[in-house]
Amino acid sequence: MTVTDEVSTGSTGGPREVGSARRRKEDQRLITGRTKWTDNIQLPGMLHIAMVRSPFAHARITHIDTSAAKSAPNVVTVLTGQEVSEEQGVLANAWPITPDQVAPVHPPIAVDRVTFAGEVVAVVVARSAAEARDAAELVDVDYDELPAALDLKEAAEDKVLAHPDLGTNKSALWVFDSAEAGTGGAVDEAIDKARTDGIVLEREYRQQRLIPAFMEPRSVVVDPTGEQITMWSATQIPHILRYLLAATTGVSESKIRVIAPDVGGGFGGKLQSTPEEWITFLAARRTGRPVKYTETRSESLMAAHHGRDQWQRLTLAATKDGTVTGLKVDLLADLGSYVSLVGGGVPVLGAFMFNAIYKFPAYQFKVQTVLTNKAWTDAYRGAGRPEATFAIERLMDELAHELGVDPLEIREKNWIKHEEFPFTTVAGLEYDTGNYEQATAEAKRIFGYDELRAEQQRRREANDPVQLGIGVSTFTEMCGLAPSRVLGQLSYGAGGWEHASVRMLPTGKVEVITGASAHGQGHETAWSQIVADRLGVAFEDVEVLHGDTQISHKGLDTYGSRSLVVGGEALVKAADKVIEKARPIAAHLLEASVDDLEFKDGSFGVRGTDKGIAMADLAAAAFTGHNLPDGVEPTLDSDATYDPVNFSYPHGTHLCAVEIDTETGGLTMRKYTAVDDVGTIVNPLIVEGQLHGGLVQGIAQALFEEAVYDDSGTLVSASFVDYLVPTAADTISFDLGTSVTPSTTNSLGTKGVGEAGTIASTPAVVNAVVDALRPFGVSDVRMPCTPERIWKAIHTGGGTEPTEKDAMPHFDENDVADRTDGASA
Amino acid sequence: MIPAQFEYVAPTTVEDALAALAEGGEDAKVLAGGQSLLPVLRMRLNAPSLVVDLGRIESLRGVRDDGDAIVIGAMTTHSEVFHDPLVNEHATLLVKAIEQLADPQVRHRGTFGGALAHADPAGDLGAPVLAMGATFTIAGAGGSRTVAADDFFQGLLTTVIEDGELLTEVRVPKFTGWGAHYEKFVRVHHQWPIVAVAAAVRTEGGTIAEARVGLTNMGLTPLRARSVEAALAGQPATDEAVRAAAASATEGTHPPSDLNGDADYRRHVATVLTRRAVLAAAGA
Repeated sequence: MTVTDEVSTGSTGGPREVGSARRRKEDQRLITGRTKWTDNIQLPGMLHIAMVRSPFAHARITHIDTSAAKSAPNVVTVLTGQEVSEEQGVLANAWPITPDQVAPVHPPIAVDRVTFAGEVVAVVVARSAAEARDAAELVDVDYDELPAALDLKEAAEDKVLAHPDLGTNKSALWVFDSAEAGTGGAVDEAIDKARTDGIVLEREYRQQRLIPAFMEPRSVVVDPTGEQITMWSATQIPHILRYLLAATTGVSESKIRVIAPDVGGGFGGKLQSTPEEWITFLAARRTGRPVKYTETRSESLMAAHHGRDQWQRLTLAATKDGTVTGLKVDLLADLGSYVSLVGGGVPVLGAFMFNAIYKFPAYQFKVQTVLTNKAWTDAYRGAGRPEATFAIERLMDELAHELGVDPLEIREKNWIKHEEFPFTTVAGLEYDTGNYEQATAEAKRIFGYDELRAEQQRRREANDPVQLGIGVSTFTEMCGLAPSRVLGQLSYGAGGWEHASVRMLPTGKVEVITGASAHGQGHETAWSQIVADRLGVAFEDVEVLHGDTQISHKGLDTYGSRSLVVGGEALVKAADKVIEKARPIAAHLLEASVDDLEFKDGSFGVRGTDKGIAMADLAAAAFTGHNLPDGVEPTLDSDATYDPVNFSYPHGTHLCAVEIDTETGGLTMRKYTAVDDVGTIVNPLIVEGQLHGGLVQGIAQALFEEAVYDDSGTLVSASFVDYLVPTAADTISFDLGTSVTPSTTNSLGTKGVGEAGTIASTPAVVNAVVDALRPFGVSDVRMPCTPERIWKAIHTGGGTEPTEKDAMPHFDENDVADRTDGASA
Repeated sequence: MIPAQFEYVAPTTVEDALAALAEGGEDAKVLAGGQSLLPVLRMRLNAPSLVVDLGRIESLRGVRDDGDAIVIGAMTTHSEVFHDPLVNEHATLLVKAIEQLADPQVRHRGTFGGALAHADPAGDLGAPVLAMGATFTIAGAGGSRTVAADDFFQGLLTTVIEDGELLTEVRVPKFTGWGAHYEKFVRVHHQWPIVAVAAAVRTEGGTIAEARVGLTNMGLTPLRARSVEAALAGQPATDEAVRAAAASATEGTHPPSDLNGDADYRRHVATVLTRRAVLAAAGA
């Protein structure tokens, strides 16, 4: 702690902004919506797009008749894939995880074949959105339906091909083996040994398909007038988007400006280059007019990328006393019908995390990515790491159950002790700091762990129809994406650095430019706090600019809990350069030696005197340039590009108590405690907000959400009637605590927090559900743990059936209810 | 989410509304709050040529006392019904159901008559009005007719209201002094009920003198569990007695199967909810 206190205050000793629960600067405009959402943008002469989308999961397009649509009122043009195949560009896969990865070409508008229900087959451009929508109904598409590859396991056997021309659905097999990597032993040897004299657990878990379901549907406006073509997009990645537009359309990068204005959430769902963006770009260039496309919620659920969707086969080896000796992970990951921007790499992001906080001496990870005829998958909050954390935290509970010990006890037996940091794991990562003992002790205290265990025992003994379950998740994750060198080793198509600039305005105010691209995170507030402390200026005097490639020309955007740990460090370095640039000017004006100066509270003072000069005066001096030392340039403005040296490893202990109504399978969350170590906290309010939102999203995976396709490949959970996103009414008040071990890999000591809640909470909840049902012989309930599944688990030993069987709502009888007896109408 | 084009009228009298509907024929749709119709239009699941908005017809709003019954105007919002003193005194079962109906926005926009005329089997009002034996007043070109609740619901999203007719009011007999409870089973609060049970109970001492039980989402229409009602009469308001009576709640039901549960599961849940609703209504 003391080390961090020193560094994180920088060279100022005044009142600290870092650590203060500042209300977010951006909230008034974001919450009221009176701001620049993409769909709010109106340009003179702007045209509007409506998409015609495939109702089939897999079909050949035999004919498209656009004549009626073209002659509809105020329709400017109707585009088909055939017509624009030469100029529409392609959607890139930026992360070919193996050199021989099989990946279909991904055209923005399908050309001769559709590969999932919701794929765009034609585009209507009209003078109003309503006229475009009306005309879209008039586009007549003939399809020749093809068999669809839908079930992940079957698709992996190549029974039906998602892309017949590729000859296989198997896209890439990616393997990490600790023996081969030299980071640990051979896992099969460990398992063989455990089979003779230890414990071997073999389990299979399902990570259901989820939909990011961000609040603001995706929207894009392209203005082709002027020297640069300008694209506004509700995206997380304006910089990457600009690069990809240039790389795939032949337009010079210098002729493209991308703006992510205020963006209403993403959760990874806007970490994408989308057909809709490429189509709008094309339509604007074709018509020479500004063009807008805003998706409907139905389109968003159907055609924006989905997340998760894995089968996980796991083998854990341990000695008889519960010391883990090996972990073998075998994944099938559903890519959907295309290998999207980083979709193939999402499971690889989990590859280093299945071993989690535990000291496995041997580890092997394999993932087979598989193409199917469903919406493509890609990053969703946590991206690979929730899947990994779920698997290992469920397994550790299973191990505890096998041994008949408390699940926290088995974890403590195996986790890295706090005095063992820094610790190099069997996956080859170096965890810099952490204190699992401290976070766990604090969580148990807040939760009232022993009291709840006692209550659970009482309820079990009394055969209470309401049973209590207690779930544990002692998670860690790797975030702060990412050291460029590591990304290069993983064949990722870009680096992982971040950029920041600090502009000292003549009036002493400060403009900060960041390459991170906030879409609700609160960067404007946190960045202002950091700069205020660093430069000794007022919080209110700092303006944070982002998301526009003309202003923020350099950046790698926001995802993977990277903005603060990577972008924040770039900012610190840029601010420190400002101080260093100001130092000789201050010395000159104070007629002192630079060696005698100290910078404190926004002013340079001369040691041993009361002489000093404020940063604002130095900014003015640099601006006028009237009296600067020889050879010093007249500016304090500075920038920095920072490439992280390591990932960041937040961790925490989450404890969840649920009450299960054994008569109905109904579930009520009783208590949820999370003690997280996210390193130094810049703004506790923002951290709490991230945790609350993250927890709810992870709980939603455990209990509520699933993207379900029927057996013809139609998305059944295609509206919020069936895709159950919980609201505040469905959550409880969380009890949060903190345990701080500052990161040693950045000067603020921060770790990431954006994904922590989501990663940690899902297994905590499912472990609680299973814990409640242990007396009934239940060892698993498939997610989402619906009341029906829970009830069946209790009463029929079921609960693990797939959702698909009830995918299409139906009545048993075609008739109305029998009116003759019992219940009648 | 842009509806297909339609003509829109907002008459101020029932007569004018009926005239507009007559002119629109079978392609006309009635807008009575719009909490179901607007999503249908925006998703283009239906494209009427004419929408007749009843929102400006003052005579269709409000609750009045009518001797042994209260009369609820079809365009009275759920929120208005919920807060109405007559409803709170004589028809607590409606208050209990509306309290859990959808979300505050829907309760302030949606209307009592609109929801019943929409006749969604998972709607929260059908089972209570059926259990209470309400009667429906339906206006048409040839004047008004009244229909008993037992005959009002015809099938999935179908009632006895014909093209060109309007539901104008619902007459709910007074259940003054009865206990009431609406037991609703959902996964998230804003969801349609997976199953719900409406119960009104009149107790004498510790005995159930009379009971009314309605079931939500257990068939193509709301259902009344008459065998449960019969079995409850004269029974003590105890867990054991009510449990036995509730076992017949599934008789004659044809619940749907969907992502929230299959038909058999719903049948099981219905018996549990029936017991709980009756016991809660009986104050036991």
